[in-house]
Amino acid sequence: MKKLLIGNAAIARGAYEAGATVACAYPGTPSTEIVTNFSSNEGVYAEWAPNEKVAMEVGVGASIGGARTLVTMKHVGVNVAADPLFTFAYTGVTGGLVIVSADDPGMHSSQNEQDNRGYGRFAKLPVLEPSDSQDALDFTKMAFDISEEFDTPVMLRITTRLAHSQTMIQEGERKEVPLKDYQKNAPKYVMLPGYAKARHIEVEKRMLKLKEYAETTPLNSVEWGSKKLGIITSGVVYQYAKEVLPDASVLKLGMVNPLPYQLIKDFADQVDRLVILEELEPVIEEQVKSWGIQAEGKELFSLLGEYSPELIEEKLAGKLMPAGYGLNKEIPGRPPLMCPGCPHRGVFHTLHKMKLTVTGDIGCYTLGALSPLEGMDTTICMGASIGTAMGMEKARGEEFAAKTVAVIGDSTFVHSGITGLIDVVYNQGTSTVMILDNDTTAMTGHQDHPATGVTITKQPTAKLDIEGMVRAIGVKNIQVVDPLNLEQLQTALTEELARREPSVIITKRPCALLGKTKQAYRLVVNPDLCKGCKACIKVGCTGIYFDDENKKAVISPSCVACGVCEQVCTFDAIERVEG
Amino acid sequence: MDSRITNILIVGVGGQGTLLTSRIIADVAVQMGHDVKVTEVHGMAQRGGSVVSEVRFGEKIYSPIIKKGDADIILAFEKIESARWLDYLKEDGMVIINNERVNPLPVMSGKEKYPDNIHERVADMIDKTVIIDASGIASECGNVKAANVVLVGILSKAIGLPEEEVEKAIREIVPAKALEVNLQAFQEGRKRLEA
Repeated sequence: MKKLLIGNAAIARGAYEAGATVACAYPGTPSTEIVTNFSSNEGVYAEWAPNEKVAMEVGVGASIGGARTLVTMKHVGVNVAADPLFTFAYTGVTGGLVIVSADDPGMHSSQNEQDNRGYGRFAKLPVLEPSDSQDALDFTKMAFDISEEFDTPVMLRITTRLAHSQTMIQEGERKEVPLKDYQKNAPKYVMLPGYAKARHIEVEKRMLKLKEYAETTPLNSVEWGSKKLGIITSGVVYQYAKEVLPDASVLKLGMVNPLPYQLIKDFADQVDRLVILEELEPVIEEQVKSWGIQAEGKELFSLLGEYSPELIEEKLAGKLMPAGYGLNKEIPGRPPLMCPGCPHRGVFHTLHKMKLTVTGDIGCYTLGALSPLEGMDTTICMGASIGTAMGMEKARGEEFAAKTVAVIGDSTFVHSGITGLIDVVYNQGTSTVMILDNDTTAMTGHQDHPATGVTITKQPTAKLDIEGMVRAIGVKNIQVVDPLNLEQLQTALTEELARREPSVIITKRPCALLGKTKQAYRLVVNPDLCKGCKACIKVGCTGIYFDDENKKAVISPSCVACGVCEQVCTFDAIERVEG
Repeated sequence: MDSRITNILIVGVGGQGTLLTSRIIADVAVQMGHDVKVTEVHGMAQRGGSVVSEVRFGEKIYSPIIKKGDADIILAFEKIESARWLDYLKEDGMVIINNERVNPLPVMSGKEKYPDNIHERVADMIDKTVIIDASGIASECGNVKAANVVLVGILSKAIGLPEEEVEKAIREIVPAKALEVNLQAFQEGRKRLEA
């Protein structure tokens, strides 16, 4: 029976049906649900790795060990995994290996919108791109076959719209694929220069074979319509094109690297006008134009963000977008914000109050950069906070460092903060680092990690001791504080910033959404004591709002009595009541 | 392009439960044998940001997202969110607005004012506007948390989904002890459109 499934779950199903037995990932929107779905199957192994590089390396080992293996990550995660990936492209596989790159055009939940189809050409990998959940399931299965037939890792590139759209799929049967024999083969798997030179020859031969394959694979298909307009497209944009250009001829590329020269040339020759529809980079367009084929692409469309059906309709069907009502311009924006009871709120309130320079990192706490907390100066990538603070110190001196704090979450610290902290100790920095330990990977939907002591399948396991790890690195000054206690926070910061040595402040309090912050009392505003100063409102919490008519603060139903506003109020107007 | 396709935009604030509503509607559409596509927002926006779920069903659906000016119905869980997404409404489309205010960050921080009459301005512009106090109705049924299901009731009625099928979907999702309240909330929601 057909059923609705998000793209990510369809990929997990495809890997399962293809006989994959190992899956590794680090969580990252929009990729996270792939491996969580895969892990629910019987008889498979799945893991959250500490970061994408380790996930890729475990995947490499599983493949060389003979298993069909799935490795998944968000687009920027591939940057972290790029080192093993590029050389694994030289060695090739034993069991098939598929790496999913979940790109995020429009940056719904990311720090950049890099187009990872570029990795296909750069690392010399075949890249497949599905356009809906059925494609996602089918292409994943084909990707494993291609991987083994051509002895190469295969990239499955998806975007947010594919990952998180539910469309109808028809499931198939799982194929049991026995482990391939393990044979020692140093010339193939030991990439010393002498062996690697020989492997590079194989890589180039393989790319030629893949180009031939691309000409005839059912992954690429032509749907003839009117020959006045021909569209070359891939991914979810194919669906947009079909929606608004029902008469056009369409060459749908399910394999976006390498491209099928002859197929494209023949298609181009038969249409009056050729337009290439691809979000972000002109990856297809530049190659097609380099072959001397006339085509339009980025002269019509933007390099920025997502495409939409109405945008394509306006540009190619001459139908203007509706003028609209304009009401959306009269209302305030609604950026995301920390939840009521979030342990990060008090931290950023305090950092802002102390007027510190804050190098930030990737997680829910990045929201601390927004008004009214405005407690963050930089955010670059996973783990960058500590190195960035160190660099600022080395550029501007210890006085500057005495007013600088690096802020990083527990999962992010394990991902790639540890080496930054080693650098601070080794190269005699004086950074103060705050590790905001909320006992989960919150932003991506509460995944476990090495310091939670629980695996992806919720089995208890060894728990990484963050404090012990920090001590082992050589940090002598360590304080563990409760982030909901503002006085304690400020005292710890004042003490550690004053030291001309590396310090780490670990704030310990589980994410409010894990439901462990419940209090025996609730908070109310005593209107007789409230002076309407709005200090409590400036902590930026939906649990409290300002009643403009009465000029008083009011506690709203979403309040969980975390007490941050209570501590901020200088008139003791926020009181505890039973129940 | 095809009048047999139904396009529903469900908008609100991350954490309000828009996903549950889009899932119930989509499940019922699948049961009825339609081709269905749903797009949801995950990740950062779920932390109290503006969120949208798009549900499309009909004989054959290509795009998982709705074109501007093509939504048959906009169901807004929060007042100003109806205005944010109004340009997606079809010319003769319907807007259902839950009379609920959730202050966005710029309002909380005092940088901007909450436009309190925005739902009335939407009603002035759109003939088919229904304003509903889902939380109040849910409270009367016995639990304010059933506000979602009140909205499922009015939405399912507006798009003509069969009552029994939707009720079945609710039974599958809602825990047994809250079932009675939720089924009543569902019925109350459906009644609001008859009035």
